[in-house]
Amino acid sequence: MPQGRRPSAGLLAPYSIWAALFIVVPLVFVAYYAFTDNSFAFTFDNISRFFTATSVVDGQEVRTYMLIFWRSLKLAFISTIICLLFGYPLAYIMARSSEKAQKIMMTLIMIPMWMNFLIRTYAWMTILQDTGILNGLITAIGLRTVHIIGTESAVVIGMVYDYFPYMVLPIYSIMAKMDIKLIEAAKDLGCNNVSTLRRVIFPLSLPGVLSGITMVLIPSVSTFYISQKLGNGKFFLIGDAIEGQFVANNLHFAAAMAFILMVILLVMMAAMKYFTNRQVYGGSEA
Amino acid sequence: MKKIIELKNISKSFDGEKVLDSINLDIYDNEFITLLGPSGCGKTTTLRMIGGFEQPDQGDIIFMGERINDVPAHKRNVNTVFQKYALFPHLNVFENVAFPLREKKVPKDEIEQKVTEMLSLVMLSNFAKRRVTSLSGGQQQRVAIARALIAQPKVLLLDEPLGALDLKLRKDMQQELKKIQKATGITFVFVTHDQEEALTMSDTIVVMSEGRIQQIGTPIDIYNEPENAFVADFIGESNILDGVMIEDYKVHFSSHVFDCVDKGFAPKEPVDVVVRPEDVDITTEEKGMLKGVVTSVTFMGVHYEVIVDIGGFKWMIQTTDFVDVDEHIGLSIDPDAIHIMKKSEYSGMFGDYSTYSDEVDELQQLEEESEAEE
Repeated sequence: MPQGRRPSAGLLAPYSIWAALFIVVPLVFVAYYAFTDNSFAFTFDNISRFFTATSVVDGQEVRTYMLIFWRSLKLAFISTIICLLFGYPLAYIMARSSEKAQKIMMTLIMIPMWMNFLIRTYAWMTILQDTGILNGLITAIGLRTVHIIGTESAVVIGMVYDYFPYMVLPIYSIMAKMDIKLIEAAKDLGCNNVSTLRRVIFPLSLPGVLSGITMVLIPSVSTFYISQKLGNGKFFLIGDAIEGQFVANNLHFAAAMAFILMVILLVMMAAMKYFTNRQVYGGSEA
Repeated sequence: MKKIIELKNISKSFDGEKVLDSINLDIYDNEFITLLGPSGCGKTTTLRMIGGFEQPDQGDIIFMGERINDVPAHKRNVNTVFQKYALFPHLNVFENVAFPLREKKVPKDEIEQKVTEMLSLVMLSNFAKRRVTSLSGGQQQRVAIARALIAQPKVLLLDEPLGALDLKLRKDMQQELKKIQKATGITFVFVTHDQEEALTMSDTIVVMSEGRIQQIGTPIDIYNEPENAFVADFIGESNILDGVMIEDYKVHFSSHVFDCVDKGFAPKEPVDVVVRPEDVDITTEEKGMLKGVVTSVTFMGVHYEVIVDIGGFKWMIQTTDFVDVDEHIGLSIDPDAIHIMKKSEYSGMFGDYSTYSDEVDELQQLEEESEAEE
């Protein structure tokens, strides 16, 4: 609190209780299940199973869950990068538009979020199917149909579509607040448009980029529904694996996978935060 | 002296509202020139045009003999100190100052040396590694000046740079800016609404109002020989009265004929007469050229500010003699304290000290009107 006045404990109590009940306790349970067996005796088996379990794919022995995990991470990274590549310029353009245009663009970005994401995913199924809307359009202009549904591309399309607003909004909000005088100062000091973007606008927008990446990467790593519907279940992701174990009542192994995923994501986020902090607030006193 | 910037017949409108109306201004090499005027007079817009952040609707901006209307800001040999400094928060003090040099790909050791020199010029040698957000207003100001000077521009533009500083610091910075300007030989174009600041710092003052230049001159010229009632009122305090030139060296105002030092007006020409409050002497009622009643006395430290009602017109007088409210006193004015100005569109708008500000004037007027209605 900048004014030095702390909100009283009484006011915070409901939130503290909420956080304890619905955030801390479940996490403790996840950790507890992850490190216990079916009789709730302490064990590392669930954790080591994640790293060592093998199966045969295309005649080769592979580490099952590592393969799934890397695939999840790969698809999530691709979606995040696509979201960033399209989201950043859009956020920049939005922030520099007239107030009216900003409102319209904001609404257009938000509207899909008002719909249930299951419905959105089903909509993509009908678009991407071999006999779907997209191929209908392609044949109408005389080109050969493309096979998208059931490929990794379809999963990425679904992820990008679903999580795109979460990339645009944080970047936009930081760009809209950016002092226009800083941009003028950069030009005054000899920067053309490109170097103004590179040396001033981008570094200052990094906190927004970071939260955009966080908000897209984490749900895309752990998604399971999109891969089932748009990947035709062929691309088993870590979210699918957790869900599968959970449905099969293997609660302890499901918890172990969730726990490992969480730890890895936390480490990634911490590393990224450290990196951007150094970028954003240069100087030895940072 | 060499002309470095010429503004020729510049006009500019925002949303149909004229903010600059046929501005003609020459800026000379090495001078400290101040654009002075109330907010909305067009001084900042003029500055931004020189900097390359606004385009004129009409007219030409000439920089060292070349028309630069279409040259973008980053290609002009002009740098700006922005009103709220606009330091880059993601860079430390050193990197803020080095910013223009890095853009020009100056070699590393040269950057190191130049930035160090520049930081010592603005007395921030020990602050190189500090975050700019951790600095005080005055220190941020110094960083902004160093950053704007390091690329050795021909002209430095300063947009009310001292506005956010407290009084003592502002006085120090005024001295220092003047010193830096002398030391570097760079032309400074300074924008302010503070007349005292303008008088103390400038070689040349450009007084602006409503998008037009009212007067260009040295501080002494502007103070002693204001061109019209606006300038007289804006620079220092002034009693401004309606008068009539009887003949050369004789002017009639406040029901009295005074000797003065002005000539060259048509016989019986109506004029505005300016008398500075410090140029009026208080005497006894019998000896005074003018007679009036004291309506208020305010102690100002160095002097008293006395408001005297003379035939319904409120004069302001600054005096070290004490007079009492309701006292009947006489005033005498030396001939060289009387400044005669041509009538202008500003005649009758200023110079009566019933109130100090336009806002109170308007409120009082509204009050009187509503009373009249009842």
